[in-house]
Amino acid sequence: MSGFLATPVGQLALVVGEALALLVPLLIIVAFLTYAERKILAAIQLRKGPNVVGPFGLMQPFADALKMMMKETIIPSGANPLLFLFAPMLTFVLAMMAWAVIPVNEGWAIANINVGILYLFAISSLGVYGVMIAGWASNSEYAFLGALRSAAQMVSYEVSLGFVIVTVLLCAGSLNLSDIVLAQRNIWFAIPLFPMFVVFIISMLAETNRSPFDLPEGESEIVAGFFVEYSSLAFGLFFLGEYANMVLMSGMATILFLGGWMGPFGLWPALGPIWFLLKVCFFLFIFVWVRGTLPRYRYDQLMRLGWKVFLPLSLAWLVITAGVLVGAGWLPKLPAPV
Amino acid sequence: MIADIFFYIFSVVLLLSAAIVVSARNPVHSVLFLILAFFNAAALFLIAGAEFLAFVLLIVYVGAVAVLFMFVVMMLDVNFAELRSGFQRYLPVGATVGAILLAELLGLEAGWQIAPEASTLRLSPAPSGVQNTVALGQLIYTDYIFLFQAAGIILLVAMIGAIVLTLRDRKTMRYQDIRVQNTRRPADTLALVRMGLGSGVKPESYYRPHIPEPAGFVEEPHGHGPAGPGGH
Repeated sequence: MSGFLATPVGQLALVVGEALALLVPLLIIVAFLTYAERKILAAIQLRKGPNVVGPFGLMQPFADALKMMMKETIIPSGANPLLFLFAPMLTFVLAMMAWAVIPVNEGWAIANINVGILYLFAISSLGVYGVMIAGWASNSEYAFLGALRSAAQMVSYEVSLGFVIVTVLLCAGSLNLSDIVLAQRNIWFAIPLFPMFVVFIISMLAETNRSPFDLPEGESEIVAGFFVEYSSLAFGLFFLGEYANMVLMSGMATILFLGGWMGPFGLWPALGPIWFLLKVCFFLFIFVWVRGTLPRYRYDQLMRLGWKVFLPLSLAWLVITAGVLVGAGWLPKLPAPV
Repeated sequence: MIADIFFYIFSVVLLLSAAIVVSARNPVHSVLFLILAFFNAAALFLIAGAEFLAFVLLIVYVGAVAVLFMFVVMMLDVNFAELRSGFQRYLPVGATVGAILLAELLGLEAGWQIAPEASTLRLSPAPSGVQNTVALGQLIYTDYIFLFQAAGIILLVAMIGAIVLTLRDRKTMRYQDIRVQNTRRPADTLALVRMGLGSGVKPESYYRPHIPEPAGFVEEPHGHGPAGPGGH
């Protein structure tokens, strides 16, 4: 067996197996996330939520998926068909691609690359192209407005998100995601960097176009925003991509701030993936909870929050963190140049 | 071997997409091919072992700069017929400038002196035993800190200059004071009125509070006529 794995074909088979072992559970999580969202929203609004298909309505996501696949794919006559179909695929593929570097347990990442956090940041900042291309290729006013809103929103949030990540990197001393998690052995970064943790959670909502920052969709203002012209599986890919992005950003927050696969106070280290999953579920619950609680932000409020509140706050906290680390001599040790 | 093959694939796609960027008729297609070119450049960095530069290229150029390009280009209403109408007229001038530049470049290339020690320096890109991210950081933030900071200040001045050039204080512009908005309480704007059946609200101040207009602002006459109490 080990002989086969050493050959190029064996290596390829290994990578494909690893990818499937990650993506299949991920898609199941995404499916049940839609169910959980509807159930939690129903509980917030004193309703019952889906309870017809299967026990407790558990089969509802699969019924929805089947319904979506049976529908007709409509391409508007004024649209650019190539880009129109490319946009949802891009959104979905990017949401899946980013998972290659996420370590769900010690040494369990498919690709344990040196600059993992930069890879994640790059992939998540590419997500805006799916929205923009969709909005432009649809050749529709509402979709176009959604695309413009999305572009402005992304650019204003990514700067402060970048500063938050740099602050974490200062404390961890590495761009490798596993090293970042291991640097939180003594204390999770959410405690010393609590303001950054809050900024990250709010930016995470804006980055995934979720309520209260779902202005690119804004169904009460611009119908459904960038995917107003989409139907069937093309719409389904946007939908899956959005929910997979929610799981991804939750995983990123877990790794950066809540100690990844490590239990609180080093409890039960054997349960690594379970701890990881629990923390991801905590963030996912926040996503749904916020959606059920807060009204949508007005557009100028959103821009103001990004540029005038988060940017100065994260920049100031970055300087303070660097000063404290240097002053107290807590800077992580880097290998000296030879 | 595999790296060589991929190097040529990425290079060819990079050059092709760069050619399409300048030749495409639709400006949005140009931006999309520009993004493809950035991607392939990042892949070339990865093959060269400079993973930090590769991802910074993606984050900065694809994730931010190209988004703004796209934002502007999508909103542009370019009239291509008008754009091409001057082509014949400006062709001689443009061709002359291009020819002079080409001649100068050729002259430069012919007289180019390569420093003998440069080729050996070029072959040792990163110190051994250190990740290239760390090596780059030590180079920029210790050896070249002054140049790095000076470049940053030049960019800051350019940014402030652009803002100063475009920001005009229009007298008619209405600004929002966030502090005033956030300190508003329901009691400032809402009043509960107890009224009898069929009588309606009498004092007008309840439904039309007086808001002071900004100085110099001339209000257009409203289209809707005088609305009586309960007329809405």
